[in-house]
Amino acid sequence: MSSHQISVTINGEEHTREVEARLLLVHFIREELGLTGTHIGCDTTSCGACTVLLNGVPAKSCTVFAVAADGAEVTTVEGLGNGGLHPVQQGFTEKHGLQCGFCTPGMMLTSKALLEENPDPSEAEIRWGISGNLCRCTGYVNIVRAVQRASELMKENSDG
Amino acid sequence: MAECRGLGHSVQRKEDARFIRGQGRYIDDVKLPGMLYLDIARSPYAHAKITRIHEETAMAVDGVAAVITGKTLEGFKLAWMPTLMSDQQMVLPVDTVKYQAQEVAAIVATSRYAAADGAAALEVDYDPLPVVVDPHEALKPGATKVRDDKDSNHIFHWEHGDADGTEAALAGCDTVVEQKMHLPRIHVASIETCGCVASWNPVEGHLTLYLTTQAPHAIRTVVALVTAHLGLAEHKIRVISPDIGGGFGGKVPVYPGYVLATAASVVTGKPVKWIEDRSENLQADSFARDYHITAKLGSKKGKVTALKLDTVADHGYSDAAANPSKFPAGLYHIATGSYDLANAHVSVDGVYTNKPPGGIAYRCSFRVTEAVHAIERMVDLLARENGEDPADFRLRNFIKPEQFPYQSALGWEYDSGNYGAALEKAMDMIGYQDLRAEQAEKRARGELMGIGISSFTEIVGAGPSKTFDILGIKMFDSAEIRIHPTGKAIARFGTKSQGQGHETTYAQIIAEELGIPPEDIQVEEGDTDTAPYGLGTYASRSTPTAGAAASIASRKIREKGRKIAAHLLEADEADLVWEQGKFYVKGSPDRAKTIQDIAFAAYTNHPQGLEAGLEAISYYDPPNLTFPFGSYICCVDIDRGTGQVKIRRFVAVDDCGVRINPMIVDGQIHGGLTMGIAPALLEEISYDADGNITGGNFMEYLVPTAMETPHWELGETVTPSPHHPIGAKGVGESATVGAPPAVVNAVVDALWHLGVRHMEIPMTPARVWDVLNEHGAAATR
Repeated sequence: MSSHQISVTINGEEHTREVEARLLLVHFIREELGLTGTHIGCDTTSCGACTVLLNGVPAKSCTVFAVAADGAEVTTVEGLGNGGLHPVQQGFTEKHGLQCGFCTPGMMLTSKALLEENPDPSEAEIRWGISGNLCRCTGYVNIVRAVQRASELMKENSDG
Repeated sequence: MAECRGLGHSVQRKEDARFIRGQGRYIDDVKLPGMLYLDIARSPYAHAKITRIHEETAMAVDGVAAVITGKTLEGFKLAWMPTLMSDQQMVLPVDTVKYQAQEVAAIVATSRYAAADGAAALEVDYDPLPVVVDPHEALKPGATKVRDDKDSNHIFHWEHGDADGTEAALAGCDTVVEQKMHLPRIHVASIETCGCVASWNPVEGHLTLYLTTQAPHAIRTVVALVTAHLGLAEHKIRVISPDIGGGFGGKVPVYPGYVLATAASVVTGKPVKWIEDRSENLQADSFARDYHITAKLGSKKGKVTALKLDTVADHGYSDAAANPSKFPAGLYHIATGSYDLANAHVSVDGVYTNKPPGGIAYRCSFRVTEAVHAIERMVDLLARENGEDPADFRLRNFIKPEQFPYQSALGWEYDSGNYGAALEKAMDMIGYQDLRAEQAEKRARGELMGIGISSFTEIVGAGPSKTFDILGIKMFDSAEIRIHPTGKAIARFGTKSQGQGHETTYAQIIAEELGIPPEDIQVEEGDTDTAPYGLGTYASRSTPTAGAAASIASRKIREKGRKIAAHLLEADEADLVWEQGKFYVKGSPDRAKTIQDIAFAAYTNHPQGLEAGLEAISYYDPPNLTFPFGSYICCVDIDRGTGQVKIRRFVAVDDCGVRINPMIVDGQIHGGLTMGIAPALLEEISYDADGNITGGNFMEYLVPTAMETPHWELGETVTPSPHHPIGAKGVGESATVGAPPAVVNAVVDALWHLGVRHMEIPMTPARVWDVLNEHGAAATR
């Protein structure tokens, strides 16, 4: 099995490691770096629990090789909110947008990217935006409300 | 003093602080020094003789440390394990596999990838055998026999109620409807799969099991019983259930992977982790439903009179349903539902087929969903046959508020209810009459719109120990509360949250009873070394049992607090009045001691003759079950071109008694509704004639996304449970139980004028389009 040296910047910190070519980014994040907030929920790229931001774009890290992330900037849930809470984290807490918490990191990262692209999404746009992330607990209503709340908070922050 | 924010407050959840930061600790986050990884090689055949396992093919893979087969386990008398239904299932097969994806061998390796490589490399020789997948075929003479150790594929016959009386009553009815229906296999598909880390310490003879389990204490006892002959004992087994990424019943059973990881740790002397893939989870773990029901319901002069249900239950190759031991068909005999109905009889025949075992795991209190589906479909049909609107028919036939406590024809005593109020509220919220008018207009234009009702009654909170036990262990549950000198508390429970928010709601119950704010109460569950014994969280039992225990333990603490307060106030105990958070002397509200004062005194200045400390424990044995209920109305539009069913509106009025945290209750209902429409529209674990699974991954097993899920509209009525200390009933599963027939009734309603009388589930676009096409109603260009 060939191995390669890669450097990936995760949550602002660069990590250089020797990895097998087949190592998945999600395992690199969880096993090599010990950042266990990124979860694994399926084996068909369907559930989105492993969603991270790869150069700012949501990516299912179970379907990206770590070597393909060489030189990339990755954001995981551990990188949300500098010391405090990111508006998305605040919104999910206030609106009860999580129950078991397993899909939550991926759901929040998708929501963050959605709001950065579209700061004031409609309910339909939010539903479409998070449709690559499965949640079995919440029935999505409160996730939609959480994203709407995060949108408000982000606007308040930028106004202030 | 500060408001204590007990019952009725939407307190933000304590558990969220770690979850939103990615600091939850789930099973796959557990990493121990020197840990090995276990993967499982599985059968490609649904029924086959294993002629040889070439262990050397896996051992040749770099990093593989051991291969465990059925023969290995047989040496330790561990190849089979008992089920909760007095059957047995294989941990690993010694010679024959019974379903596709069954475990064949375990590969233990130094890394996750090496273990997977070993499982892929393992060569196994099979002789395929004939397969039986249809339970009706399995019951025929000469059918392929699934189990070598049994005489036939018939597992059990169970019946309840008055068979002759029901037949006679049906014969006397002026209107009888009959319908066959199949509730197919479905899977909970919690987003976290199952797994464990087993760590055996040979020096101390101690086993630590980190396990995705909803019932850690019961599992520890089962492990102790199953491994006693190997020298393990219950005090040397510690089960830790960490944060759980959704359970819904799928994390109640003991799966072979758990036993294999334990055996592998014992064999290697190292910690061993097993985490299943999603596909393994869907293909091999416990399923739900698979009931083939023939239902008859009759009325006389518009009054529902008699119900008869005959059922063939497909259990797979073993009866491994996680039911209370005396209930082979669970609580299916709640089937008379919300209706005042004098005659009923239900029967179930359990059948072996070449499918995985299991039987009840899908957010439901032991077959209540099957019962509700049957009665709510049949009541709709009977209403039509009587020429009456389904809402009016229900309102006339409901058990009336003054009839509670109500003795059902099948032997239950319903605690409380007001079914008419819930349905009328739902009708009001959705604008029922306006929708009917709109439907008539649309129908005239050829558009397909339907309105469906489900007025369910649940039965949860198992249960009273006179009838409810699991392998003899009574189904009580527990709370242990310790108040520290500074007035802060720790409370531990025998249950285990999987996202329901126990850390918050239990704290609120104690807050209500003692006046200590929720943030001052640490709630812990899931560690058998520290928590009191309990049967766990499933069947909506946490609030009815452990929640009640929290109240009772709090009240014990309050009574000790009264003695301490009397001592501090130099007053007579009988002269003290409790007001949330403090005792004061009758007539002198200023002469008071708060619970915090009392707690401090319990350790610093306790009265002579009274033990120091302030703590209590309660093992709560409920006097009855609780009977949550509700009325749901679903409005659908059907695309005549594609067969797509679109839920336009869905109103859910739930009555779960007193609500502890309304925000959390609403969240439970939202999630439950989504798991209710899922089997109605999308989900099915299906098999072809050779026993090949055709819905065994997330590309084929369609869990609802935000796109298929409507915006839920919730309403409530509150009818307290008269026997629960705080009047609560439990709510986690109501919506999953109540929603499916509302959707089916809506679709049938949309198609009624075409002559459609029934729809099987899931009502996929293809299935609906076929029905439209058969009735000449599919749109054509």
